[in-house]
Amino acid sequence: MRFRRTQLAAGMAVAALTLAACGGGDDAGGEATPETTVEEAPEFEAGTTMAELAEAGSITVGTKFDQPGFGFKGLSDTPEGFDVEIAKIIAGKLGISPDNIEWVETPSAVREEVLERGEVDIVVATYTINDKRKERVSFAGPYYVAGQQLMVKSDNETITGPDDLKDNPDAKVCSVTGSTPSENIKQYLASESQLVLFDVYDKCADALRTGQVDVVTTDNVILLGFVSESEGEFKLVGEQFTEEPYGIGITKGDTAFCEFINETLQEAAESGAYEEAWASTAGEVEGAESPELPEPDPCS
Amino acid sequence: MEAVTENLDLFWNGYLRSLSICFWGLVGSLVLGTVIASFRVSPVPPLRALGTAYVTIVRNAPLTVVLFFMAFGFPEIGINASYYVFGVTALVIYTSAFVCEALRSGINAVPAGQAEAARAIGLPFGQSLREVVLPQAFRTSVPPVGSVLIAMFKNSAVVGAFGVGGDLFSVGANLTSAQGYAALPVLTGVAVGYLMITLPAGLLLGVIERKVAILR
Repeated sequence: MRFRRTQLAAGMAVAALTLAACGGGDDAGGEATPETTVEEAPEFEAGTTMAELAEAGSITVGTKFDQPGFGFKGLSDTPEGFDVEIAKIIAGKLGISPDNIEWVETPSAVREEVLERGEVDIVVATYTINDKRKERVSFAGPYYVAGQQLMVKSDNETITGPDDLKDNPDAKVCSVTGSTPSENIKQYLASESQLVLFDVYDKCADALRTGQVDVVTTDNVILLGFVSESEGEFKLVGEQFTEEPYGIGITKGDTAFCEFINETLQEAAESGAYEEAWASTAGEVEGAESPELPEPDPCS
Repeated sequence: MEAVTENLDLFWNGYLRSLSICFWGLVGSLVLGTVIASFRVSPVPPLRALGTAYVTIVRNAPLTVVLFFMAFGFPEIGINASYYVFGVTALVIYTSAFVCEALRSGINAVPAGQAEAARAIGLPFGQSLREVVLPQAFRTSVPPVGSVLIAMFKNSAVVGAFGVGGDLFSVGANLTSAQGYAALPVLTGVAVGYLMITLPAGLLLGVIERKVAILR
């Protein structure tokens, strides 16, 4: 296999500059994207997904393009974020350098579909593991456990947690159509008319700012991004009231690939690559705690 | 098809929600469209200019842009309302420009002699429009106005994405992504739902067209 080191370095430099430019606020000039370790000619048992991918020398990864901190594609050619770094670690273990990864945008609605049709090899896209989804795809990981929280305006004193929503039936709660948080919040609402749904969280944040809605709810890490951008206008309230284990979606039943990914994650946690990936992406947001790699679920 | 049969109540609620958006959109855009059309044919130049400007601006803006202006622009200048009201209003504003033009084609089809005769017996502009021209114009413009309204029913799916939610299309999006159902059966269900609005509407239009037909 041939490596184009100079191109890779140039790409990294550009990525670093873009990241720094996007940092904004007090913490401008954030850390550069970490250099991913790429294995040289790794050996795999013939017939496995790993062997196929290593042989092809390229991998197609589905991720979000609109989720700051996890998978976000700005003006640069490649997306950036924690999910992206996790995908790079896995690709590196297969001997695939980051410039041989093809990124495909996979919004929440299409993630099972693209895996089933084989359009992507893996999906790393803030993908919560749940039983319904397990009927159609298999999950490796989890590599991160998020939790749902509420975000309100800083001067809001009436809503201090999800249990206050039933007592304030006029309060509007914003989330994204078809997302897990939008389903979870329903049990805390007096009626479903309290729920306002948009296609992206940006619109929710905008609606919160102009007073059209009173609460925005989704996973804490996404909300933290908005809080830090809002310059004190928003705050998080209440405890995290769910556990959202983010997994890596793969073709259903590919146990060997799942075990390989879990081992890779374990190694990355031991070598510090996992922590570095977090610190350079989602971890840059103020108030985000550095996570420990969660115990992997058994592969099946 | 179990994705649909298991969630029939959700689809039904979505259908009702879409139907209510369509109903208010239909009432609003027929009224506003007629008003704008009468502006455009009125003898008062400022009203004509207003009507022409309205049609030029609104007809040439994408529906999503109109919706954006309502849902995110108005709160910015301190006007707050529910997203349902914003969504339906935007749909009415957008559709009425097309209704206006379809009606105007009907008005133009009314022979000039009719308006002249109305004037000759002493009817003022308002009355000659209301009593003589518009009733004939409505008959001629049933097919084009019908097409515009059917297009509006389908546009109601876009309204659902602007915070309104609960409509047929949002139900589909919810089932496929949050609950992980396969897209094809769910979207088929959504399509059937919209057909349940547009097909009866089309039949009704046919009936109306035959009922009001006049021999000339």
